[in-house]
Amino acid sequence: MKNIKFLLIGVLFGTVLTKTEAVSWFRIQEMFRFQSFHMYGIIGSAIAVGMLSIWLIKKFKVKSIEGEEILIVDKQFSKGQIIGGTIFGMGWALSGACPGPLYALVGAGYTTILVVIASALLGTWLYGYFKPKLPH
Amino acid sequence: MLELLKEPWPWYVSGPIIGISIPLLLILGNKMLGISSSLRHTCAAVAPFNIAFLKYNWKSEMWNLFFVAGIFLGGFVGGVLLNNGEAVKISEATIADIQAMGIQSFEGLIPADIFNWQTLFSIKGILIMVLGGIMIGFGSRYAGGCTSGHAIMGISSLQWPSLVAVIFFFIGGLLMTHFIAPFIYQL
Repeated sequence: MKNIKFLLIGVLFGTVLTKTEAVSWFRIQEMFRFQSFHMYGIIGSAIAVGMLSIWLIKKFKVKSIEGEEILIVDKQFSKGQIIGGTIFGMGWALSGACPGPLYALVGAGYTTILVVIASALLGTWLYGYFKPKLPH
Repeated sequence: MLELLKEPWPWYVSGPIIGISIPLLLILGNKMLGISSSLRHTCAAVAPFNIAFLKYNWKSEMWNLFFVAGIFLGGFVGGVLLNNGEAVKISEATIADIQAMGIQSFEGLIPADIFNWQTLFSIKGILIMVLGGIMIGFGSRYAGGCTSGHAIMGISSLQWPSLVAVIFFFIGGLLMTHFIAPFIYQL
């Protein structure tokens, strides 16, 4: 199964998010109040390592293990980053979790978070439904 | 060793491991880190109806569903197997602010006095769990990504639209935390 490796990377990702408390509602409250460096340290050092890795991959033209050229697709700018970004941020602060932590919290045994995930699915579906009418 | 792993992991350990997932996904699978897309793939699989945005070959994005299934399992590893049973050590100032919102439970990763099935069936619970979830799903797809795809992957690959998205994530988060959530949590 070629997808097992993604499951394993996910296990690592989810374990780290949980043990560093990035999945915690309390930490999100603290972050949006600028009362601790913790979350900023996590996001900032993750970006620093990610940036360095991508720079190295590009500089040495590292190939994937399948021998393909590594593809980094550019994100296209749209008004969605402004309007959708604001809506996402408000939801993040209201529920106290973003999508990764939602999955991890269910794994950690917080079953009511299933309702948040089901609602996020509904929100995604609603975006698909209204997409043609929304400014982009 | 196990005792050490059960302690909360400091940011300078966890942040770099999260960052390493970017080259791991790129090199092992030629995939770009992104989590909210899994919500779109699930919608495409379950309820595509006649919506153009949901009509695509979601099976070719199966890797992403395996990845989030892994995050779920990781939540079990981190939150159950490696749980030390202690409350999250947030700052004193945050504790005071949260108490002012009417929250008394500081056990676990999320406050039990909000996230329980009784509260779900109240205006407050519906706003926090249902409306909040809808905004997370709608907003992340409208923005083309969430904290992982924009903040971590996007900024790491120097994409300015991702920086714009993250700035607005924070504008929305600050507006909610300081001006709206205090009222909702005290309903």
